[in-house]
Amino acid sequence: MRKAFGPLAAITGLMFAGAPFMVARAPYESSMGLVQKIFYFHVPSWFAMFTAIGVCGVASLFHLFKTSPRADRIAEAAGEIAVLFGLMGLVTGPLWGRKAWGVWWIWDAKLTIALLLEMTFISGILVRKYGGPGSDKLAAAVGIFGLAVVPFVYQAVNIWRTIHPLTSVVPTLPATMGGPFWFCVAAYMLLLVVLLMMRVNLGKRQAALDELYLAYED
Amino acid sequence: MFFRTAWLVLRKDVAIEAKSWEVLTTTLFFAVSCVLIFAFAFVKEGRPVEDAAAGILWIAIAFSGTLALGRTFERERYGETLRALLLAPAPRPALYVGKLMGMLALLGLAEMLLVPMVALMFQASLFSRPLLLVGLLAGGTIGFCAVGTLFAAMLVRARSRDVLLPILLYPIIIPVIIAGVRGTAALLGAEPDEPTAIMWIGILGAFDVVFVTLALWTFEPLMTE
Amino acid sequence: MSGRVDFDSVQVIDVSRHFGRRRALANISLTAHPGDIVGLLGPNGAGKSTLITMLATLAAPSKGEIRYGGQPASALGPALRTRIGLLAHELHLYPELSARQNLTFFAELYGLDPRALVDEALESAGLADRGDEAVSGFSRGMRQRLALERSLLHGPRLVLFDEPFTGLDDRAVSIVADRLRRLASSGAIVMLATHDLDLADGLVTRVALIRDGRLLSDEPASPGLRARYRAIVGGNAVAGRPDGGGH
Repeated sequence: MRKAFGPLAAITGLMFAGAPFMVARAPYESSMGLVQKIFYFHVPSWFAMFTAIGVCGVASLFHLFKTSPRADRIAEAAGEIAVLFGLMGLVTGPLWGRKAWGVWWIWDAKLTIALLLEMTFISGILVRKYGGPGSDKLAAAVGIFGLAVVPFVYQAVNIWRTIHPLTSVVPTLPATMGGPFWFCVAAYMLLLVVLLMMRVNLGKRQAALDELYLAYED
Repeated sequence: MFFRTAWLVLRKDVAIEAKSWEVLTTTLFFAVSCVLIFAFAFVKEGRPVEDAAAGILWIAIAFSGTLALGRTFERERYGETLRALLLAPAPRPALYVGKLMGMLALLGLAEMLLVPMVALMFQASLFSRPLLLVGLLAGGTIGFCAVGTLFAAMLVRARSRDVLLPILLYPIIIPVIIAGVRGTAALLGAEPDEPTAIMWIGILGAFDVVFVTLALWTFEPLMTE
Repeated sequence: MSGRVDFDSVQVIDVSRHFGRRRALANISLTAHPGDIVGLLGPNGAGKSTLITMLATLAAPSKGEIRYGGQPASALGPALRTRIGLLAHELHLYPELSARQNLTFFAELYGLDPRALVDEALESAGLADRGDEAVSGFSRGMRQRLALERSLLHGPRLVLFDEPFTGLDDRAVSIVADRLRRLASSGAIVMLATHDLDLADGLVTRVALIRDGRLLSDEPASPGLRARYRAIVGGNAVAGRPDGGGH
């Protein structure tokens, strides 16, 4: 796993270097023109965020029931990375919205869902920071409950927003733009994996440092 | 043993509360102040903003519920009696159920005060479909308390627990608030929209089942130090 | 209650517990049998309370395990806790309730019939005439005696006491000490954490010296406890660790 890091990081770097070219060559979308192209980075960051949330939730389950420090490190890393990708999405979304609809925020269903989940996982980071000893378990609870609440947030917000429909509807994925889109999705997923590896490694180093402190006292 | 333990915990909490009625009275008063604050924010020229009543009702429930959760578990911190409860030979989730029932009773009483008050102050026809309203309130309160009781219990020994409880709780229960508010608002229109309200009750029901189960499942590992 | 659980030994097997960088316990191993009164002695911050908490199944070790009659707590389930009694520093009493209500609640929680038990317990605690007063009005000594009775209501096999003599006058101390001896001779495993050597001397049958989370010695009690304690633990080792967090 460790050995794969270098090549993966290199591939990810190359893909992100190449992505702008692919995006530039992609066809223009009819109603929004150039602005729509932010979607090639905006949507894959959601994919990455949801994947990170899934990883965090599952790792949290492992840690809570099997007390595995490794699972705890993965959960911590995945939680932070979910917040990171969420932030990317929450920045690109309003940028797109401002140009497409004229306002920064109109309670679009997907953006709202993302915001709620972002808050949940930020609270997970806060509890690790401020919760004192034993906060790894508290964060694990947040991870598990955060994952469990995703379908409910989805449903509730979607229904909430369809009662007051938007005047302009965001188009769903048109087939002609598949190529660059999936390329960017792949790039983001690789980025997720690379960041996860880096962060978990950092966590491992911190744990090793703690072990050394403990061993030093022996 | 399981339900007996839950019942004993509930009865003990009621016995303690009955000595001073502190948590009940202060929670009720706080709920009322909440409504008043929102009244001044949302009533313009003596007429409430549309749909404000539904929102205010549920916000008052959420805020006073959060305070009540904190105070109920503060009682178990003194003398570390929570530890003594965890030592009981019953399965530990029984303690969670006992505490949950106590919270439901407390919030239920608060709602009995809040609903007429909001109906009155905001000229909201909350009683046009009482059964559906009760369904919404029950579903929402159970959802809120299910997650809230678990989080409040697990935070008992944590630092910064007072502020961490709302920080952790609110993002998770937002679907409950959405469902509660939209369902209640559906009942408030000139023609109460029953199918919508029923749909929201369904979502609340699903939330309750999932999260009570999750809480029962995770309670013991979370309470072990 | 189905599935009566009992055990004839408690084994602490290479148990360690740390909180991040702070080590509370390191590689503690000891075994106790019915009739033992094991004194866990050591300065504040040594890790005695942490060990007691783990023995009570309220906390889990970071490494190692604890076995009751050869089985871990997870295998024995909640019924294990019918055989464990804990009297901790915090007393576990509800101040708003009366002494009688506290005892009745805990008796029922353990599935016991409270009527005769509670009266007996109030007698033993010397609180028979104040049974219906709220605990918040009791002195520390009275609460301690009540808490002692509460912890023993269900006749546990493993009796864990953490600083049980705090706030007691000499007469009460000798009553408690007698109680412990009787418990041990009727087959209980008694483990007693304290930093008070004078009280421990003459009461305990075995001495486990703990300092900085380490078990320094584990041997049968013998005269000259104080001197040996000083020699091993060090005369000035009474102050707690600077990063606090209990003992």
